[in-house]
Amino acid sequence: ISPPPPSRKRIKVDAERKKTFVLKMPMELTQSRIQKIWLPNDNRPALPRRSCGPQLANSPTVIVMVGLPARGKTYISKKLTRYLNWIGVPTKVFNVGEYRREAVKHYSSYDFFRPDNEEAMKVRRQCAMAALRDVKLYLTEEAGQIAVFDATNTTRERRGMILNFAKENGFKVFFIESVCNDPNVVATNVMEVKLSSPDYRDCNSTDAMEDFMKRINCYQASYQPLDPDDYDRELSLIKVIDVGRRFLVNRVQDHIQSRIVYYLMNIHVQPRTIYLCRHGESEFNLKGRIGGDSGLSNRGKKFAVALNKFVEEQNLKDLKIWTSQLKRTIQTAEALQLPYEQWKALNEIDAGVCEEMTYEEIREQHPEEFALRDQDKYYYRYPSGESYQDLVQRLEPVIMELERQENVLVICHQAVMRCLLAYFLDKSADEMPYLKCPLHTVLKLTPVAYGCRVESISLNIEAVNTHRDRPEEAKKGPNPLMRRNSVTPLASPEPTKKPRINSFEEHVAVSSALPGCVPQEVPTQMPGQ
Amino acid sequence: PAARELTQNPLQKTWEPYDNGLPAGHSAQRGVCMTNCPTLIVMVGLPARGKTYISKKLTRYLNWIGVPTKEFNVGQYRRDLVKKYKSFEFFLPDNEEGLKIRKQCALAALNDVRQYLSEENGHVAVFDATNTTRERRETIYKFGEENGYKTFFVESVCVDPEVIAANIVQVKLGSPDYVDCSNDEATEDFMKRIECYKNSYETLDETLDKDLSYIKIMDVGRSYLVNRVMDHIQSRIVYYLMNIHVTPRSIYLCRHGESELNLKGRIGGDPGLSVRGKEFAKSLAQFINEQNIKDLKVWTSQMKRTIQTAEALGVPYEQWKVLNEIDAGVCEEMTYEEIQENYPLEFALRDQDKYRYRYPKGESYEDLVQRLEPVIMELERQENVLVICHQAVMRCLLAYFLDKPAEQLPYLKCPLHTVLKLTPVAYGKCNHIYL
Repeated sequence: ISPPPPSRKRIKVDAERKKTFVLKMPMELTQSRIQKIWLPNDNRPALPRRSCGPQLANSPTVIVMVGLPARGKTYISKKLTRYLNWIGVPTKVFNVGEYRREAVKHYSSYDFFRPDNEEAMKVRRQCAMAALRDVKLYLTEEAGQIAVFDATNTTRERRGMILNFAKENGFKVFFIESVCNDPNVVATNVMEVKLSSPDYRDCNSTDAMEDFMKRINCYQASYQPLDPDDYDRELSLIKVIDVGRRFLVNRVQDHIQSRIVYYLMNIHVQPRTIYLCRHGESEFNLKGRIGGDSGLSNRGKKFAVALNKFVEEQNLKDLKIWTSQLKRTIQTAEALQLPYEQWKALNEIDAGVCEEMTYEEIREQHPEEFALRDQDKYYYRYPSGESYQDLVQRLEPVIMELERQENVLVICHQAVMRCLLAYFLDKSADEMPYLKCPLHTVLKLTPVAYGCRVESISLNIEAVNTHRDRPEEAKKGPNPLMRRNSVTPLASPEPTKKPRINSFEEHVAVSSALPGCVPQEVPTQMPGQ
Repeated sequence: PAARELTQNPLQKTWEPYDNGLPAGHSAQRGVCMTNCPTLIVMVGLPARGKTYISKKLTRYLNWIGVPTKEFNVGQYRRDLVKKYKSFEFFLPDNEEGLKIRKQCALAALNDVRQYLSEENGHVAVFDATNTTRERRETIYKFGEENGYKTFFVESVCVDPEVIAANIVQVKLGSPDYVDCSNDEATEDFMKRIECYKNSYETLDETLDKDLSYIKIMDVGRSYLVNRVMDHIQSRIVYYLMNIHVTPRSIYLCRHGESELNLKGRIGGDPGLSVRGKEFAKSLAQFINEQNIKDLKVWTSQMKRTIQTAEALGVPYEQWKVLNEIDAGVCEEMTYEEIQENYPLEFALRDQDKYRYRYPKGESYEDLVQRLEPVIMELERQENVLVICHQAVMRCLLAYFLDKPAEQLPYLKCPLHTVLKLTPVAYGKCNHIYL
């Protein structure tokens, strides 16, 4: 084909399509320094372009939980929020129960929830309204993309009210209903998360259980489950039945809802343990070189043997073992003498032109890159290489499969392990590149209540330290100009601010106490700031 | 115990354990998707509910992601046995002769399923028939159990007469069964054929079938009922089925305009467009304008040459890193002559098995497919899309749409300055226009 001769004239506005069609000459682009994204030179306001993949959501979405108490609504809310934030979609939970605890300082008994308790009904409705006000604030003024409205929402009237609210504000709505009539499941839920609630601070377990069961009863009579066959057939919803045995999905509207459905269909509540560790110390580790595909050092081989012993002692049923496709993780797995699967997606971050260099060499040969990385380690992409942000995208199928599985040992690499750990421990993008993942240490993760318990087990084999702390100058925060066109993944808002680096155990305590938390302020790292 | 030695497979660059010079077990490559025991997918539904459409599409997807899959259409077995179709009366529930033949065909198909899954290394078999009675489904389920297969049912339920009529027009009128009929005669006969099944139709039931693994698709994907998903592959199948749609639309695939490195015969890199490449970008803009496409989405990679091309269109576009060209590792920015000189072994290996061949410190086509799977999934969700990408990437995407096997994929023709327009047609996606 020979193209038509170059023309600089402006093609007239196509009135029907309301689009001006301009032939531009230079197509000049500049590559952003940190993320290595090509952007047009002109000063046009940035078109909505996500560097991390498809536009996951256009209008903000309100996810509305539905279900009787102790059906896992808060469990699902928190887990889903953690997942969405990790993949880069700013999400926050609004738990109406917490608003109620703020408004009514002391919980006396289930009488508060009786349908004929007019005073209480008024307070409960006010709390729901307050939560919705905060939802609106989050989605319209705080760059939130998804708000999870966590309450029983068991009546059509209440759901109708929320639908109107969403319509007024241009939000999409997606309902997640959890239906479960197995008394064993309900009792287990009550024991795991309700007895330790601030509501029952001054009760013994038996009294608390009795009161809570009466509380559930208060909702039974007025409960109108979602009815996708008739009354609710126009709504977008997923009904989760019997803890994931069965699902009913209606009218999925967009990509993010489709991802949410897929995620909910893959998670489970079976007790299990996930072990994360790095390969044994490698020859390159010894030389202070990053990347490459070197084999284990002598100490690394010792670690592999120690890991074998450790795994045996754990005495697990059906342990799956995953490695990357780099030699050092495979050599480590070989010592376990068990079947293992190699995932290319678990390969270490690609350092591009800096592969196989020492940090000194990088500082010498690529001084600007070296400085940029310290400025914004999460978004920083090595020239012809990857960033932590890229890693998250690459690792998402690993996380999805980890959710499906039961006992798994993942033998991987420093940056990869940080990404996975950030998912399980709900760490923000800002913290992720500085999580401590030393060689020859196994992290044992067990689901507990609403979160994840982590135990750090060193196998006592000497190794070099490959960790670099966040430099002092970088601690005051990244240059806001460099955030253009990207959204900062947030950790789900935490109950209390504590230093994270050395306090896995502290985080454990915090995680399991979440039922008693008050609603939190929005994290300080926001796009455009 | 001495650790087994690892050797790097020269073609795929994967590390494999060797015991005394022989490849040892214990190590499995994670392809896109591991299946442990074979899976038997059983379609369920009245005629003209999209079962064959779903079977073929699902089979195409699974094969593309690397799961050997084959469909077995019982209607085809029937046509092979009963050379000439006369009328709907063959399907009357009291036609004993007809029933005998149909059961025979189902068993013959199941026999071939067994051969495929147990002897020919198939992973998934799609058993495409109405399977509308509980009795027939139990027979199949038992067959699966006896052979160690997991069974997953896919039922399509639709009562909208317009949808059914459209299906009949699209795929039934052209069937070999109706080769000697007028359209009206064919439609009338087919409607009576559907009636033959209705009385005995037992839909998958919440209570009676509660222990089966299945997905029930209602009204062409408006809603879904999913029961007891057992494993990874079933989860992926459900996700795929929930993302596909039948709304008419077009997908445009093209490469970036000619680049500076293209001119020099160098592969990879991140160069800008040459002068001719920029001309192409402008022509592309004009072409797109003329196509007058409703709500066109434009996707590029994160490499300069595709973005420059998109910039000429003057419309919003999204950059996907996973659309980046295949990473040629140590061969990046070399000419083929230089590769042959500096890496003669690699050069030869690539020609031996171009699909599986991985560049040292780079990627293979096989890796590309895994990387591109989310793009395919999102393309299925979308409507009109223009994807501006690269040669190897475009070959992978094209292979998915045109159902090309791995051996042919790396040799598909995707020249510069050419747009492929793909529009879904009957059971395939096979209309394409070179412009």
